Amino acid sequence: MGEILKLSDVSKTFTMHLQGGVRLPVVSGVTFSVHTGQCVVLAGPSGTGKSSILKMIFGSYRCDEGRICLNHAGRATDIASSGPRDILALRRSAVGYVSQFLRAVPRVPAIDIVAGPLLADGMAETAARAQAGEILARLNLPERLWRLPPATFSGGEQQRVNIARGFLPERPLLLLDEPTASLDAVNRAVVVDLIRRKKQSGTGIVAIVHDDDVRDAIADVIVDITTFAKAA
Amino acid sequence: MSAPEQPLLIAEGLSKWYGRQLGCRDVSFELYEGEVLAIVGESGSGKSTLLQLLSAQLESSAGRVLYRMRDGMTRDLALLGEAERRFLFRTDWGYVHQDAAQGLRMAVSAGANVGERLMAVGQRHYGNIRGAAAQWLQRVEIDSGRIDDTPRTFSGGMRQRLQIARNLVTSPRLVFMDEPTGGLDVSVQARLLDLLSRLVQELRLAAIVVTHDLGVARLLSHRMMVMKDGRVIETGLTDQVLDDPREAYTQLLVSSILPA
Repeated sequence: MGEILKLSDVSKTFTMHLQGGVRLPVVSGVTFSVHTGQCVVLAGPSGTGKSSILKMIFGSYRCDEGRICLNHAGRATDIASSGPRDILALRRSAVGYVSQFLRAVPRVPAIDIVAGPLLADGMAETAARAQAGEILARLNLPERLWRLPPATFSGGEQQRVNIARGFLPERPLLLLDEPTASLDAVNRAVVVDLIRRKKQSGTGIVAIVHDDDVRDAIADVIVDITTFAKAA
Repeated sequence: MSAPEQPLLIAEGLSKWYGRQLGCRDVSFELYEGEVLAIVGESGSGKSTLLQLLSAQLESSAGRVLYRMRDGMTRDLALLGEAERRFLFRTDWGYVHQDAAQGLRMAVSAGANVGERLMAVGQRHYGNIRGAAAQWLQRVEIDSGRIDDTPRTFSGGMRQRLQIARNLVTSPRLVFMDEPTGGLDVSVQARLLDLLSRLVQELRLAAIVVTHDLGVARLLSHRMMVMKDGRVIETGLTDQVLDDPREAYTQLLVSSILPA
């Protein structure tokens, strides 16, 4: 098992200029690694910085200190010190992310939102749509919804669109921010199965899950984020 | 990484004063093919001045803009000959104005508006030009039955889509957009954004989009520059700047978005 991701002494503090420059320490000294085919679950109560860590790995939050080293295509890249272009390139080839909430262009049908990353990878439209349909069907999203934009969908339906979009492209590292939070038991089981398959194919996963059953089913390593709490 | 490593456009220390009034100051960045850069800021922040400098419509007081021409040579825009400038304006660049009436010829037909750019690059065959125009109208979702109507008879959203077709028909590599969705109803805006984001991706266009709408910037752009008082105060990946804004002013902008 090769090491795909290594965080070393990662720190993050928010400075809130609109609140008189209050400094909001989030985490410090975050250190853990992820191997291929392994799922690392970040544990700890809300507000301890789990999502912030995922976002720093994805590059949508800046990292103040430390290194976030990604091994991909035979080289190591420190995401923490990478510029926008390198981070974008990594997202296209190496890092997938399922956010807590779906964010998409308002008028786009669900199936196109899901197929989007595949098209960006250069897949032909019919093939991408076919794969998008397959995964939406697995996630039990009724076919009559596929051609509709998800803005009017329920929370659970939106999340399944989001999961489908994030799981479809092949990326060696996958970041999951509460993928099962608003799903029923049947669809939770589907997601657990999707995660297992990703692991079998060698994908390294960093996940945040609050559901104990899901966590027990997918976690190889549990990292307690409260140990990285930053003193104010 | 596999992306082409030479920037398409380089801005170096660009400044503009209008007399003693500062337009923008010391702006530097690089733009690569296929990359969409959003320039955000309030009115008067210097973003429109910057766009005009970058697109060679305004002469800078200091600094320069370099552009990689189709032959691979990177050239200083200020030193281009008239023929090369025309080639950029008519073919290799697009410019989408906020007010479509500025970017269109309102008295000639939709088809001619699109076809005209092709004629400017030497195409003469009427059938081919009309065919290309019809195809582009379809791509921007304008009913081909409207090809002989003038844009005067079009709604605001249709005019904007026609303007986009007119710009893209020559396969430009770089498109400048000045508040492309400004002044449109939100439903029309959504449709236009969807169209723009698809075209940008399909055609691997580089684009520089000036907008005060952070939602537009989020949906369209990869990278972002925040301007205030003529200076760039923050730059980064679009989601980085919007989700983790560092400067006080950017935090103010981001926290001022009205949730729908």
